[in-house]
Amino acid sequence: MKVQVYVTLKPGVLDPQGKAIHHALEGLGFGGVSDVRAGRFIELEVADDTSDADLDAMCAKLLANTVIENYRIQRA
Amino acid sequence: MKTAVIVFPGSNCDRDMAVALETVTGQAPAMVWHRESELPAGIDFIALPGGFSYGDYLRSGAMAARSPILTAVTEAAARGVPVLGVCNGFQVLTEAQLLPGALMRNAGLNFVCRTVPLTVENSQSLFTAGYQAGEAIDIPVAHHDGNYFADAATLDRLEGEGRVAFRYADSVNGSARGIAGVLNDAGNVLGMMPHPERAIDRAHGGTDGLRLFEAALGVLA
Repeated sequence: MKVQVYVTLKPGVLDPQGKAIHHALEGLGFGGVSDVRAGRFIELEVADDTSDADLDAMCAKLLANTVIENYRIQRA
Repeated sequence: MKTAVIVFPGSNCDRDMAVALETVTGQAPAMVWHRESELPAGIDFIALPGGFSYGDYLRSGAMAARSPILTAVTEAAARGVPVLGVCNGFQVLTEAQLLPGALMRNAGLNFVCRTVPLTVENSQSLFTAGYQAGEAIDIPVAHHDGNYFADAATLDRLEGEGRVAFRYADSVNGSARGIAGVLNDAGNVLGMMPHPERAIDRAHGGTDGLRLFEAALGVLA
């Protein structure tokens, strides 16, 4: 089965890449964007019986750096 | 005096680090490949060099921090063996949770490659005992992800415990409180973005990095 992992910066952590994207959008004439935060999307193909605990451990141990990032796991 | 340099795929300052260690100790370091699970017996000092280990995939230092040799490095650090991580080595140490915080993309988004002035904040550590507290030194930086981040409570604790070893004298990369190098709580692990091994010979344009190696390796001699 497919599992989708969304890794996002924690609120309050400065995101220079998001800021650059925001500026670029403004440069293209898109007004009305008040903020941009960039993150990472990771898709895993795992055995159907993979436990939630294992998926959580994958995220906490490697896929996200929990000092600066949050993660959300979604079974597709 | 036995030293070791850990080499990851994508390390590119490993040989500079080896030259620095050999210059000070008179003995070539062991170059230890990341797949090794043990360090050579009797290692007195471990260096994690700069570079782009694993192509900076996922996050800078993330893959290297999970490589087999890091288990041995972590055990050695726990025994009190001095560990120096420079640039990518600093990123690896934070990813391995041997040091607090994280190193994020530079605030200006640019790769910064120049010699920068630093202030020595703590001159009591085994790495910094060759400097005076408050001394201004010049050390080169070359990084894209050197923007040090930690939450406010962690930063307060680091400052309160004298664990900020070096601070940028100028704005370089957006680091929280200008932090350029931090120590672990025992004081035997130092991570820093600037490259002291690139400032050990007058031909480098400066020798301010030499005293770091002399202090760290001399204390042990």
